[in-house]
Amino acid sequence: MDLYEHQGKELFAKHGIPVPRGIVAEGPEAARAAAEALGGPAVVKVQVQAGGRGKGGGVVLVDSPEEAEAAAERMLREGFQGRRVNRVLVEERLPIARELYAAILLDRSTGTDLAMVSVEGGVDIEELARERPEAIRRQHIDPEIGLHPYHLRRLTGALPNELRDLVGNVVAGLYEVLTTEDATLVEVNPLVVLTDGRVLALDAKVTIDDNALYRHPEIEMLRSAFPIDPVEFRAREAGLQYVKLDGRVGIIGNGAGLVMSTLDLVHQAGADAANFLDVGGGASADAIATSLEVVLSDPAVRSVLVNIFGGITRCDLVARGLLEALERVQPTVRIVVRLDGTNAEEGRRILREAGHPMIVPAETMLEAARVAAELANAEAAR
Amino acid sequence: MTILVDEGTRVVVSGITGREGRFHALRNRAYGTQVVAGVTPGKAGQDVEGIPVFDTIADAVEATGANTSLIFVPPRFATEAIYEAADAELPLIVCITEGIPVRDMARVASYLRGKPSVLVGPNCPGVISPGRANVGIIPGEICIPGRVGLVSRSGTLTYQIVHELTQRGIGQSTCVGMGGDPVHGVGFLEALEAFEADPGTDLVVMIGEIGGDDEERAAAYIAERMTKPVVGYIAGFTAPPGKRMGHAGAIVTGSRGTAQAKAEALEGAGVRVGRTPTEVADLVAAALP
Repeated sequence: MDLYEHQGKELFAKHGIPVPRGIVAEGPEAARAAAEALGGPAVVKVQVQAGGRGKGGGVVLVDSPEEAEAAAERMLREGFQGRRVNRVLVEERLPIARELYAAILLDRSTGTDLAMVSVEGGVDIEELARERPEAIRRQHIDPEIGLHPYHLRRLTGALPNELRDLVGNVVAGLYEVLTTEDATLVEVNPLVVLTDGRVLALDAKVTIDDNALYRHPEIEMLRSAFPIDPVEFRAREAGLQYVKLDGRVGIIGNGAGLVMSTLDLVHQAGADAANFLDVGGGASADAIATSLEVVLSDPAVRSVLVNIFGGITRCDLVARGLLEALERVQPTVRIVVRLDGTNAEEGRRILREAGHPMIVPAETMLEAARVAAELANAEAAR
Repeated sequence: MTILVDEGTRVVVSGITGREGRFHALRNRAYGTQVVAGVTPGKAGQDVEGIPVFDTIADAVEATGANTSLIFVPPRFATEAIYEAADAELPLIVCITEGIPVRDMARVASYLRGKPSVLVGPNCPGVISPGRANVGIIPGEICIPGRVGLVSRSGTLTYQIVHELTQRGIGQSTCVGMGGDPVHGVGFLEALEAFEADPGTDLVVMIGEIGGDDEERAAAYIAERMTKPVVGYIAGFTAPPGKRMGHAGAIVTGSRGTAQAKAEALEGAGVRVGRTPTEVADLVAAALP
C-alpha cells in the first residue's frame, strides 16, 4: 500500500524525522486558509500515490493565499495524470541551500534492507545513479543485526562534516519507520539542507507491506483517504484482484501470471483487455459469479474471456458459477470460456448441456484469446 | 534423475489437520509421494487417514525419518514453521503459505543463510518430479516424466505451460514453483544451477513475470554458466504500468522491471523467449535433442 506524501510525513514526524510545517486541504477554501495559517507564501502539492509530480505540474509555488486557492482548485478539478485527486498538501516555503537523497528499501535480490544516501538529490536521481554511481553510497543492513552506527558513518561519509550527524539521524528515523511500520520502501527526495543549516524531508514516499497490515490497523485506516472506484471496491470486498484498463475485452482468470499472459495474448490477437481480474486460488462458484458481474459492469466491455486452469480451482464449480451469474445478470456481450485442469471435462459438459446462447466455448487459451478479440472488434465496429 | 524431490523424499506436513493441508497431503500421498507425518500443535497422537500427527517437526523427524517439510499453516504462523523445520535440519522446506509479511521473510532468509536447509517459496505451488514425488499443490495429472526442467514465479501459468508440453508428449524432470514473493528461497539461479548439474535434465524452461530483476540476474547467469538450452516466457507485456513509487527500486536494479526489458535480457543471453505459452512448447520441441 502506497501512502500519500502527507501520510508518509506524519509517519516521519512520529519517528523523529524533521518535516516542513504543512496542512492537508480537501477544497480550495481550505487550501487558502492553510496558506494564511502558514504566513502567505506556500507550496501546494497534489496528493497522489505516484511519482513524477514535480515534472508533471503537481507541485506549485504560490505567493499568496489567493494563489494557493487557485492552484488547489485546478488540481482538484483536473486530477493528476488521469488519477482523481481529493486532497492537496499546503506547506511552508523554505529557503533551500542544497538537495540530497536518502532511501531504504527491502532489496529483493539479497533479502536484506538497502540504505542509500546521495550527495545530490532531485528529479534526476536515476540519471545520477547511471552516470555517477559513486555519488550514491549504499549499505546493506542485515535484519538480524539491525542498524548500527558504522552503517550511518559509511552512508554519510561523502557529506560535509556538519551534515553527517543530521543526515544520519534522518536515516536512523527512516530505518525505524521501515522496521516498526512494516514498510518495504521509505524514500526522501529531496532531503533538503536549508540556508540556516537544518535538514528536512521535503518529500516522503512510503510503501507499506499489504501482508503486514493485519498488525497495523492504524495504517490500514489510512486507506479510507484514497479515492476508490465503486467497482474496484466491490471486487476487493469479494477478495478479487481487479484493475480497470482501457480495452474492450473483459478478462477473468485464476492466478496473476495466467491473467497477465491472457492480457498479452488478447493484445497479440488485435484487441485490448478492459480489465485485469484474478479470482485467486480455489475460486468458488460465487466468486466466479461476482467476477462476471464486476467485469460486465464496465460499459466498455464488448466481449468477455474466462480463462481458467484448474489446480485447486475446480472447473465444474467455475461452470456452475458462470451459469448462476447468467441468471442474475443478462449479458449483452458474448462470453468465451476456456476451461482446463481439475474437473475440466465435467465443467465443459455442464456448459455444453446448459447451451446458454451467450457462452462460446473454446478449446485452447490461444483460440479463446483470438475469438474474444474478434468478437470485441466486431461488436465495436457495429 | 531430478532435482529437489524424488522417491527418497519423506514429507512432514505442517498444518495437516487444516482444510488445505489435509486435502493436499492426501493428494500428494495418492500421487505416490511418501507423506510420512503431519504436525499440528496439540494434536499429537491423532492421525489423518493413517498419517501420524505430532506436536513438533523434531518429534515427527525422530519418529518417521522425514526429510522434507511442507508448510500449509496461516501466514502469521508460517515463519515459525520454517524456523522449526530449519532447526530440525530438514534439507528441503517447501512453504505454500501466501501472505507472509515480507520483513518476516527477510529475517527467515537471514537465518537460513549458511544453514543446510533449502527453502522453496513461500507463496508457491511447490515442487513435482513427475512419476516420483509431488510436494505441494501442482496438479500431478498434467505432468508426465521426462527430461525438461521447469522453474517459474507463477502458479497457474506454470500449469498452462506444463500442460502444453505434456500435450506434445514432452515430459518433465522436475517443475519448481519458486513463488512470487519479493523475498523467497530457491530462485531462478539456484534452480538453473541444479538443472545444469542434473543428468536427467536436457533443457530448462524458465517462466518469469514483470517486477523485480530476478530474470535479468538469471540472464547473466545463463550467459556465463549454462551449457544446456534454456527457453523462456515472460508474462505482463501489456500489464498496466504500476504506479511506480519513488526511484529507489530503479537505482538498485538499474532495470525498470518491464516484460520487454526481461525478454531482451534473456534473448541477449541466448535464451529463446516464446511470446505465448504455446510458442514456448514449440520452441522446446524444436530445441530438444
